[in-house]
Formats: sequence, C-alpha cells, structure tokens
Amino acid sequence: MSSEIYKDIILDYYRNPRNFGDLQDPDVRAKDSNPLCGDIIEMQLKIRDGKVDDIRFKGKGCAISQASASMLTEVVKGKTLDEIKAMGKADVLELLGIDPGPTRIKCALLGLKVLKLAVYGHLGQAITEEVKQLV
Amino acid sequence: MLVEKVTTINVPKIREDFPVLKRQVNGKQLIYFDNAATSQKPNAVIETIDRYYREYNANIHRGIHKLAEEATLAHEEAREKVARFINARHTEEIVFTRNATEAINLVAYTWGRANVGKDDKIVLTIMEHHSNIVPWQLLAQEKGARVEFVKIDEQGILRQDEIHELIDEKTKIVCLTQASNVLGTINPIKEIGRVAHRFGAMFLVDAAQSVPHMRVDVKDSDCDFMAFSGHKMMGPTGIGVLFGKSEHLQNMPPFLAGGEMVKEVHTTGASWKDLPYKYEAGTPNIAGAIGLGAAVDYLRKIGMENVHDHEKDITSYALNRMANVKGLVTYGPSDIEHRVGVVSFNLGDIHAHDLASILDEEGIAIRSGHHCAQPLMEFLEVPATSRASFYIYNTKEEVDVFINALEKARKIFAR
Repeated sequence: MSSEIYKDIILDYYRNPRNFGDLQDPDVRAKDSNPLCGDIIEMQLKIRDGKVDDIRFKGKGCAISQASASMLTEVVKGKTLDEIKAMGKADVLELLGIDPGPTRIKCALLGLKVLKLAVYGHLGQAITEEVKQLV
Repeated sequence: MLVEKVTTINVPKIREDFPVLKRQVNGKQLIYFDNAATSQKPNAVIETIDRYYREYNANIHRGIHKLAEEATLAHEEAREKVARFINARHTEEIVFTRNATEAINLVAYTWGRANVGKDDKIVLTIMEHHSNIVPWQLLAQEKGARVEFVKIDEQGILRQDEIHELIDEKTKIVCLTQASNVLGTINPIKEIGRVAHRFGAMFLVDAAQSVPHMRVDVKDSDCDFMAFSGHKMMGPTGIGVLFGKSEHLQNMPPFLAGGEMVKEVHTTGASWKDLPYKYEAGTPNIAGAIGLGAAVDYLRKIGMENVHDHEKDITSYALNRMANVKGLVTYGPSDIEHRVGVVSFNLGDIHAHDLASILDEEGIAIRSGHHCAQPLMEFLEVPATSRASFYIYNTKEEVDVFINALEKARKIFAR
C-alpha cells in the first residue's frame, strides 16, 4: 500500500518531527500561515557569525507542510544567511523527494517562507517579492 | 398492505447527460463528490449557452433588431422559469445577480443600510457560510448594530431555545441557511421565519445548498428574501438569484447604479426602472441567465422530489459505510430526513488536505478545509474537515470506491 506523495520519509517526519519545539532565547522568530489549509509554521533561530547555530520549528497542519518544515530545519543548520536567502522551491522538492503538484506546493513551501522571513527579519531587510510569492 | 415508493429516475441515463463524468483523473474514473462547491453541467445547459453565442448573441432590452429581441425573450424566459421553480408570485421578484454572495450583499447594502440602526440586532446562525456572515458584520460595524449567532446542538441542529432567546423586538433581520454546506442540516425555515415575523423582523434565506437539491417554495416558507447560485444547480458560474418580496424590493434603494437600471437620467438626477431591473445595472450575464433557465428545465424534468430522494438514499448509504471506517468521525444530523447530501468528516489524525490528496490520486474529488464556515469550525473545535457532497448523478458504486480510498488513506497514515 503506497501513495505517490506520502512516502515513508514524509510520514516519518510528520509523525516524529525533528527540531520541533522552542529555543531558549532565540535571536529571531517568524511565523506564517497558509490561508488555503490553515497550516501554521513558526521558526526560531539562533544565529552566530552569520550562520544558523540552532533552529526549532512549531506548527500545525498537513503532513506535507510539517514534514518539509522539519526537513528544512535539519539541512539549514550551519548554513550562512546568504545561503538560505538563495534557497528556493527546487531545494524543498529535493528534500521531499516528490513534487506534490500545483495545489499542494504551497504546503511544501510554507516552511521555507517562514525561514526566509526569519532571516530577512534578522538582517533588518525588506521581504522580497520572491519570498512573498512562495506561499 | 404494501407501500412501495417508485423511483422513476434512471441514474446511468442521467450520467450520460454530463460529459465530464466520463473523464479519467490520474488514470482512474472520475468520481465527483464536490457538488456543494459546484455541480457539473449537463449537455442541455452547455448546448443552450453555446447556441446563444452562435445564433442570437445580442445585448438585451433596448435593441430594436431581431437578435436583441430573441436574446431579451430568452433572458426573460429564464427569469420566469426561475420564478416558477421557487414558486415566486411574480417574475419581478427575481433579481439576477452574480451569485448568492452578491444577492446577500445586495440586501445588506440596500435594505440593511436603510433599515438597520444603532443597537439593532441581526440574528444569524453558527452554521452560516461566510457569505451570510461578513456582509452583516460590515453592516453592523457601520451602524453600531449587533450580530448574534444561534448555536447548534451535538447533532448539528439549531437550538430551539436559542432561536427563541435571540430573536426579539430589537431584531431587524434573521438570516439563515436552509441547508448547511458543512453539516448538511436542513433547517426549519418556515418555523424560524414565523418567529422573525412575530417580532417584525425580516427573514432572509441562503438557499445556495437547498434550491439545487430539494423543492423550495418561497410562498410556503414566507421568506422576505432568498439567495442562491446558478452554478451549484447545474447552471453556469456568474449567475445567481435574489428573490425578494415585491413590496420590499419596491421600497429599497438601488444597489449598483448605471445603465439598464434607470428610467430617465438628467443632469439633476435619475429615476429607477421598475422591478426587477432597478437592481440589474449594466449589461447582465445574458448567457448565464439563459443557461440557468436550461438548468431549471433539466431539474424540473427529473423532479426535485426525485433529486432529493436519490440524495437521501446515497447519503444514508455513505453514512452507514463510513460508520464502519475505523477512526472516522462525521458531523451533522444522524436523521437522514434532516439533511441534504453533504457529509463532512475527519479520519483519525489525518489532515483534511492530506486526505483530499490521497483521494485525488484515486480520481475522487472531495473538498477539504474550512468550507468558508470558520465560525462553525471553531464551534466544532476542528481546524478543517473533509467533505463529500452528492448530486443526482452519483451512485452507490462510487461510494464504495470512496470507502476503499478512505481505507487506503488510513493504512498509509497508520504506517
């Protein structure tokens, strides 16, 4: 019994989300929701020397949104803020290993949007159109 | 004594009338269970619209040429068909709008702004669609009026005690849905209308989920206003209906202003056309109205009792089968006589959108989310639900495929 989108790995991250919860004294925190599904993601980051030193996420929503957010937190640890700013849709799809299709892609990209909101917020920079249009 | 109900409808034959039902989705036969969002269209409607554009497309009312005359006639015939369909007294009581939402807004902006004042009450129910909440909230904010919500019991039925408690002499209008787009509950509009009228309040019915599926009679229910959409009843999108009692429509100020709705315009002012044209500014959706007329013809031919009976049959079959799916919770009345063919549900801890995705892979179209009824979702304490909604062309075999897909989803998420 298998379903194209719901690979074991996605369900595993949904059931057992990595880096779920709160950070003590985060440097920056960002939160957003997807009005279509009501998915909510919050990210908290600790930043040292222009790199992500530690990260946690919290959220509620569908498996795609929660799993992709959790996967993102794992790969961005140690990345520079510039590297995160350069990440895009393709990076998330590679993490998920599937293309969830045009209606569900917004669920998959919510985590990346919130992560970028946090990075731009930390840098005190205006949110770009690219970020606004992720979800 | 044997009493047996004879159903005269032939579902396989009806399905032949709907070209889209032959479609494959993701390599599977399409199963369309999203009828509460919009219905599919029969050939009769598609061809009627096609014929209008091919043979007699013209602007209506003022043209003195053959095409304009034919188009005007067809447009006004559609109005007559709609009037007969809901048993209105006159065609002047039928105002064409874009959809039910616009019809409700029309009443809120015209009657509402002329009649609702500070500290007046607008009574709604917790099961209303956003379209029957937000226009009233805007009106209340503007006028300093209050909006109150009648709650439901655990069966999804409006609480009688709240109806009698909330509707009082302060109440200016009571607005409620005849059938809930989430719970499927059919509300006793006639009885609630009587309570409203006893206190001198107006009574508006959102019939978007009832007119397509059951016999609706504005005379019998004695409602002052009724709103519904064409696209949920086999008609095209972009055409809706406001029914209003003539005496109210006469006295209300106009809504949108411009061409088509004026009798005379001078630099000093303007006077309005007679009903219903006073509320139909600009070139209307002519093809949409004519298409809606064809949809009404189609539904009348099947018979609304037959439509309702078939949907009750499918819905009770679906409810029975869904009761045996482990971890599945349905919302709404258990008594089939109290509901239309709408079943909202949640399956274990599977998010409604994940469930909809898995069902889509099986070619099954359902809806998931808050169904434009966030106050109801809050009341039920669920973030979202999945919803299957049926129409005359759905079958028990389709329900069986749907149940298998639910079992598949359950197994995927149980891994």
